[in-house]
Amino acid sequence: MATSETVTSFASSTSAVLRSVGLLRESWIGMIGAGLILFWIVVALFAPLLAPHDPLAILQPFAKPGMFHAASGTTLWLGTDNLGRDILSRIIWGSQTVLIYAPLATGCAYAVGIVMGLAAGYHRGWWDTTLSRIGDIILSFPVLILYIIVIATFGASGLNIVIAITFASAPGIMRIVRGLALDLRNRDYVAASQTRGETSFYIMMVEILPNARGPLIVDACVRLGYVIITIGVLGFLGLGLPPPNPDWGGMVNEARSMAMIFPHMAIIPCAAISSLVLGFNLLADGLREVSLRD
Amino acid sequence: MLILITKRLSFMVMTMVVVSILLFLVLEISPGSVATKVLGQFASDEQKNIWLEQHGYFEPVWYRYIIWAGNFLTGELGVSHRFKVPVGDIMWPRLWNTAVLGFWTFALIIPASLTLGVLAGMREGSKLDRTFSIVSILTTSVPEFASAVFLSAVFVFGLQLLPGTSGMINGFDLTQLILPVLVLFLYDFGYVARMTRASMAEVMTTPYIRTAILKGLPYRQVIMKHALRNALIAPFTVIMLQLNWLLSGVIVVEFFFAYKGFGALLLEASLNQDIFVIEACAMVAVFVAVMTQTIADIGYTYLNPRIRFS
Repeated sequence: MATSETVTSFASSTSAVLRSVGLLRESWIGMIGAGLILFWIVVALFAPLLAPHDPLAILQPFAKPGMFHAASGTTLWLGTDNLGRDILSRIIWGSQTVLIYAPLATGCAYAVGIVMGLAAGYHRGWWDTTLSRIGDIILSFPVLILYIIVIATFGASGLNIVIAITFASAPGIMRIVRGLALDLRNRDYVAASQTRGETSFYIMMVEILPNARGPLIVDACVRLGYVIITIGVLGFLGLGLPPPNPDWGGMVNEARSMAMIFPHMAIIPCAAISSLVLGFNLLADGLREVSLRD
Repeated sequence: MLILITKRLSFMVMTMVVVSILLFLVLEISPGSVATKVLGQFASDEQKNIWLEQHGYFEPVWYRYIIWAGNFLTGELGVSHRFKVPVGDIMWPRLWNTAVLGFWTFALIIPASLTLGVLAGMREGSKLDRTFSIVSILTTSVPEFASAVFLSAVFVFGLQLLPGTSGMINGFDLTQLILPVLVLFLYDFGYVARMTRASMAEVMTTPYIRTAILKGLPYRQVIMKHALRNALIAPFTVIMLQLNWLLSGVIVVEFFFAYKGFGALLLEASLNQDIFVIEACAMVAVFVAVMTQTIADIGYTYLNPRIRFS
């Protein structure tokens, strides 16, 4: 019984997602956004095939874009950096870093934020007051200062970045989920399942959460874009992943002092980050437009 | 109204207390590591113990916190072990520099975003509105360090019009302020303008605006007298809260342009583990953030007559 219910609810939510993807076709802004994201996902997936060089291999320092590299017989389409590593290959491999850490951090923040928001919005009372207060306090802290202190104290690593982002973003997600839960908890189907004697965990996860998905999906797109910016900023400030890894923000940091002589070293990773963030923001705008239509 | 102010102020104090406890715990929970940070990696255990003894680090944690918080309130911020001078001597001039940067940024953002937001929100779905929303998505998608790079490439590398760094070594120089302000403007402007637009668009759909239009009032008057008053309440809050964003934003911009501001100081202190500078800067930042939120909340209530008179 329980499984068949889950299966049908899963099927219906899948079809809802498919429907909104179909609807997205009507919003050219959303399509451009989805295209940009898809482009980087493909690049990240096929990085080993696409990258012409090893991202850590040292070829020839300070090569301008389009320069011919005689030793390997290839053209360095985007030039090399100060250590002589191929920028194109580093961009391609760097897309993997971003597309692993940004969704991971956003996902963790959502897991924490949704649980907190549902507890606050559905149970109300004591839970609500405590959780909302904690959230307000965290949100009152200027975000980047929080990241800097946490990461400078505990050290820069992928895990610490994910933890810091979860800590700082979960309260914002909690606020949205709480608002939605406050509205949905008064619906008839919630009353029906309360009468059926379902546990409050079941009601929160099966009755309330799926019905709150619309605004949450839009928010997740915007937030993913913002998390990508954050990871880039941390890399840029020298608090990102440790150096040899190809990381877009870190590439800008390394090129910063030479940006006035060799601007391509900084411009290319900046353009990569901006295009990916733009993709998520355009997709969010498209989804919002489509969801308002019906 | 008075009750609200007291409530907000007490929440503000509570936030400051909680944040200060957390900060204290994160940075000072282990006296040994504090001594290492202050005296350096190569200090002997004996030296560390003498220093810890002198500075009261063998007292219980709660006692140390009270002394620490008391010192803070009386302006005793400690000594920066990197610069060997009292923290206040470095921090306050830096804070002033950042205030100058912030002032010019807001002087640009407020008029530009309010005008554009109102114009776009007045006629939802018009050509201007669509163009505006795409431009604002574009500007908010470009991180500050990226727009700093792009702008430098054009104005410093390409046209050679502006200086690439803003160290202000030979005294105050307005041309060195242009690029940092422009970068902050580009990143923040879209958000404020979008909020203004949404608020204006919402007001335009209300019955009282429809009535005003239907009873034949000139469109100008409808906008100026009826719509703007209500539409500008929300942007006021957003602009106040933007100060909180600015505190984060200045770190990137000051670091990029080597501007001697508060954000750069906090970053340098964190990277060098200059513990008392981190504490002082973080507390000042939180104070500014919480203070602006309180003002935004109280101001919002004051501006909204439905709440003010109830």
